[in-house]
Formats: sequence, C-alpha cells, structure tokens
Amino acid sequence: MPDAPGLELIAQEINGVRDGTVTETALEHGRASLIVDPAKVLDVLSWLRDTPGQEYTFLSSVHAADYLPAAPRFAVHYELLNRDRVERINVKALLPDPAVGPSLDGPPAEEQLPAIPSCVELFPTADFPEREAYDMFGIVFEGHPDLRRILMPEDYEGWPQRRDFPVGGDPVLFTHNEIETPRWFE
Amino acid sequence: MADPTLRDEELRDEDPLFATKRGVRPEVEDPLAPLVEAGATIETGPPDVEGELEPEQEVMTINMGPHHPATHGVLRLIVTLRGEEVLDLKPIIGYVHTGIEKSCEQKSYWKAIPFVERMDYLAYFFNMQAFCGCVERLLELEIPDRASYLRVIHMELNRIHSHLVWLGTSALDLGAISMFWYCFRERDAVLDMFEMSAGQRMHTRYFQVGGVFEDIPLGFEQKLRDFISILPSRVDQYEALLDNNEIFLRRTKGVGIVSRERLLELGVTGPLLRAAGEPWDLRKADPYLAYGDLEFKIPVGTVGDGYDRYRVRLAEMRESVRILEQALDGLPEGPWMASDRKVVLPPRDELSTSMESLIHHFKLVTEGFRVPPGELYYPIESPRGELGCFVVADGSAKPARVHMRDPSFTNLQALREMCVGGYVADLIQNLAMLDPILGGIDR
Repeated sequence: MPDAPGLELIAQEINGVRDGTVTETALEHGRASLIVDPAKVLDVLSWLRDTPGQEYTFLSSVHAADYLPAAPRFAVHYELLNRDRVERINVKALLPDPAVGPSLDGPPAEEQLPAIPSCVELFPTADFPEREAYDMFGIVFEGHPDLRRILMPEDYEGWPQRRDFPVGGDPVLFTHNEIETPRWFE
Repeated sequence: MADPTLRDEELRDEDPLFATKRGVRPEVEDPLAPLVEAGATIETGPPDVEGELEPEQEVMTINMGPHHPATHGVLRLIVTLRGEEVLDLKPIIGYVHTGIEKSCEQKSYWKAIPFVERMDYLAYFFNMQAFCGCVERLLELEIPDRASYLRVIHMELNRIHSHLVWLGTSALDLGAISMFWYCFRERDAVLDMFEMSAGQRMHTRYFQVGGVFEDIPLGFEQKLRDFISILPSRVDQYEALLDNNEIFLRRTKGVGIVSRERLLELGVTGPLLRAAGEPWDLRKADPYLAYGDLEFKIPVGTVGDGYDRYRVRLAEMRESVRILEQALDGLPEGPWMASDRKVVLPPRDELSTSMESLIHHFKLVTEGFRVPPGELYYPIESPRGELGCFVVADGSAKPARVHMRDPSFTNLQALREMCVGGYVADLIQNLAMLDPILGGIDR
C-alpha cells in the first residue's frame, strides 16, 4: 500500500486532473484510503487503473457500508490492487441519504435511493458485487447492465443490511401453531 | 377393453392382470394388429417430416437446478440451449442466503466468529482467519508465534480437506464414483485431527481473536506426521486413477478455457487463475501469519482448461504437505494466546485467585471486548481464491459491518464465459472445476 506521502501525491495528481475529486485521504492500520466525490468516482478508478506508475488493474472487492448516524450515511468501497507491487488502495465514495428531509418534487422521500455511477464498464468483476450492494443497501448503480436483486427474493421489499432495518424473522411454522400464525397460507 | 356392464367376478376373469395371478399366461392383443391387417404401414422411430425444424436447431431455455446433484449446492442455472450446445447461461443465486453479515452486526466480536465460519462451509478455518485477522489488525494485537504456526497447520489441513472434497465430488460429476470414496477416506482423517485439537469435526471455532483457544493435545503431532507421510502416496494414487482414465481426460482437456487477461478482468483468483498461468497467491505475494518463514511453491498451469485446474489443485495438496512438515518441525514453544487481558480470556486457574482476572473474565463474557473505531479490508488466500473480510468498527463491542468478499461469489461470474459455445456435458465439467461453494456465495 502507498505510504502517507505517496497517498498525498496520488490525491494531488487526481485533483490536478479534475479539481475537488478527492476530498480526503486516510491511512489507518496500513490501509490507504481515498475519500472521493461519488459523482467522479469513475474518473478516480480509471485514473488509478490506467495511469503509468499507478496501474491498480485488479479490483478485489466492491462493498457498501451504512454509517448511520453519520452524516453522509452510505459509502461504497472499492478495493484496488496492483499485483506487481502488491499494493492495495481503497477508494471510498461517501453517499448522502436522499430520503432525509422533505422532497420537493419527484417520488416521496422514503422512496428516493442514493445513486452512484456503475464501474462495470471499467471492471467487469463489479457486476455481482454491485448487485449485492444494491440488494442489501438500496444503492443504485447507474449504468449497471442488469441491476436486480441478487441474494434476496426478487419481490422482497426493503434494504435488509441498512442499520435501521430491524432484525426480525418469520415465525417457524409447526402443526401446533399453524392456526395462530397469521395468514401463513398466503 | 372389458365390457363395463360385466359383473365383478366376470371382469376379474377377463382381466389379464388377475389371470396372471392365477398362473395363466394372458393373451394380450396387439393394439396395432387390426391396422396392420387392414394394410397400414406402421413406422417406428422418430418422425422425419420435411419442412419441420430439426430438433437440434431449436433454441430451448431450461432450468438447471436449484436441486441438481451436479451443481454442488443450491445453484440455479438458466441455460439456453440449441441441441446440446450452450448458447447462454445465467446463474441465479440466493437460495441459501442466511443473512450472516447482518447477524454478525448483532453479536459481539467473539460471538460473531461461529457465524462467519459457516459461510464457506469447506473453508471454515479460512473464514475464521479472515475475520480474526481483520479484528486483530484493528486492535493492533500481535498474536504469539505458536498461535501463528498452529493457525497455518490448521489452515493447510483445511485446504487439503477442501481440495479432497472438491476432487471427490468433481470426479463423481464426471462419472468416476470410486474417487469419491477414496477422497472421503482421507478427508475423514483430517476431520479426526480437527476433532482432536478443537473438539469439533467441522465449524470448530478454534481460532480466537488473539490466537487459538487451546494448544494441540498430546498425540496430535504424531497423528499429523502419520497423515502427511501417507497423503503424497495417496495423491499419487488419485493421479494414477484419473490420469489414465480416457473419459476423464477427454472431458477435461481443452474444455472451459478463458484467457488469463479475461479472468483477471472478471476478478477470478485462486486455482482457477493459477491454472491459466498467473502465479498469484497471497500466501507468497503478501505473506501473513507464518507463511513468510515457510518454503513452498505456487503450482501454475499452462492453458487453463479443466485438466490444468485439476493438476493445480493436486499439486497444491502436495505443497500443503510440505508446508505442514515445515510448520510442524518449526512449531515454536510458548503461549498460544496473546496476553492482552482486555481482549483475551484469562486462564481458568487465575479466576479463583485473582480478583482482577475475575473482573476481566466477567466483562469479556458479558459485554465482549471493544474495538476502537476504524475499518479494514483483510484478504487471505482460501482454497478458492482471495477471501477478504471487511469490518467496520464503531468503538462498541459489536461490529458495525462485516462483509466477506467470498472467492466463489466472484469466480462464479466467469462460468458463463467458460460454458458458452460448449456442450451441456462441458457445463457440468466447468462447474465441477470451478468449485463453487454455495454457502460462501449466498452467505
């Protein structure tokens, strides 16, 4: 992983190409992070992939996280890897929750979902992980070829891995409680 | 057809079935005989009508699974076929999704270990290492050398176990049923050792944050030495069985080739990538635990067909034996748990003498240890590729987010490109050589 000056250099060079892309850098537990503007995440990823001297060509993982009650609530993490130098760098795009606050136009606030451009064009491996992040957190990856639920049933409602989604469960159906279990037959 | 107006006993007399029971051979009339007498020609075999579509030209979409013996779990494949040729393939997953990542958020760190273990159920030591290693790095906790070596020993045994199950079931898919029994014989020996050291055969919860929960018992070393002295000859036997099998060779050689560049784009890691000629192994590239001290090779293939994948995994079993030998010879003496009492339970005998130990014990068991805020992605090399664990700690005793980057989940994306253009039989072969574990895919 790049050291602290190396990480600052990367951030400066990206901001030199397009200002305001990298908002912050972090280096903790030996993990280098670039915190970027979600609208420009594709610029960062393609810069890190294609620039000579960087060449983070392998995308290990894409995953989302919910930092409730922090202010930009969601984050999408991209774990990039350079296999020649065995260096990893993390790109973290913080996404605010559009459902907070009154909605002036469009659908009601609770139906608005956070959105970020999809990186499947750049890294084909992101196909399944992005679908999983959509499935679990309701983060819309714009431009994804096939954005459907992947692990949960297709008619499922809600985004189960959000922090405010309750851990519940369906009652287990036995013969002794099949009458009491409400509307189990539906 | 009997006359429906007949009474029961008369019907019974005429019914050929009842007649047979009484030892009389029934005279069954040929239903086509009157037609043949009338001069009709009766055709047998498939109809050959001009102008209709040939059966092998028809495009057909079928479901394979979710209950299919060759899918290695509850995997559903929507396959578009033209005759025997696979035109398109779409994997549908999620049938064994159990919400483990969500459940981990409700448990304190030490209680989450049994949950993550159950994701990839053939690589439980690797799941534990990914999670414990991640939490240890978040805590900045060093584990003792002996724990590190014990973890390597158990993980390499687990790798052998996982590859043995893969070899047995994959050979079974390709029609070699006896391989299954032979592989499970050795697998049982591995499970016996796990039972010796951890008390459980599968899902052992042997690794703890801070080390391993108990030292290996007396007799474990001898048993392991016996096992590693016998395993290479057994692997030779498997090789001799399969490498001289014409059916196996013709079904695997030259099938399912995807180029190395494409595999890297698709994020494929592990034996699949190494079979395509890319020597990428995190144990070598980015050594963790005691792997830096141990000497071993990374087997690579040449073309990346099913046969190469099989060869790479067999060679990995032999390399694991070498690692086990060295780890056993170099196993250092000393504690097997870190001594940080804020994280690790105090020894049982201290509880009756030390008030402080009792308080630590009480706090650890009731609340669990707290992890300072931070987040980390920690990758290791599982039998199927890069297994990464992403943990977000918010300063409490429970993780705020646990995510596993499971290699089977990512590798499954390459299945379509392996299969399209091949035959249905090749699809079975590709799936077998991909080695997907649905518990890991669905989590």
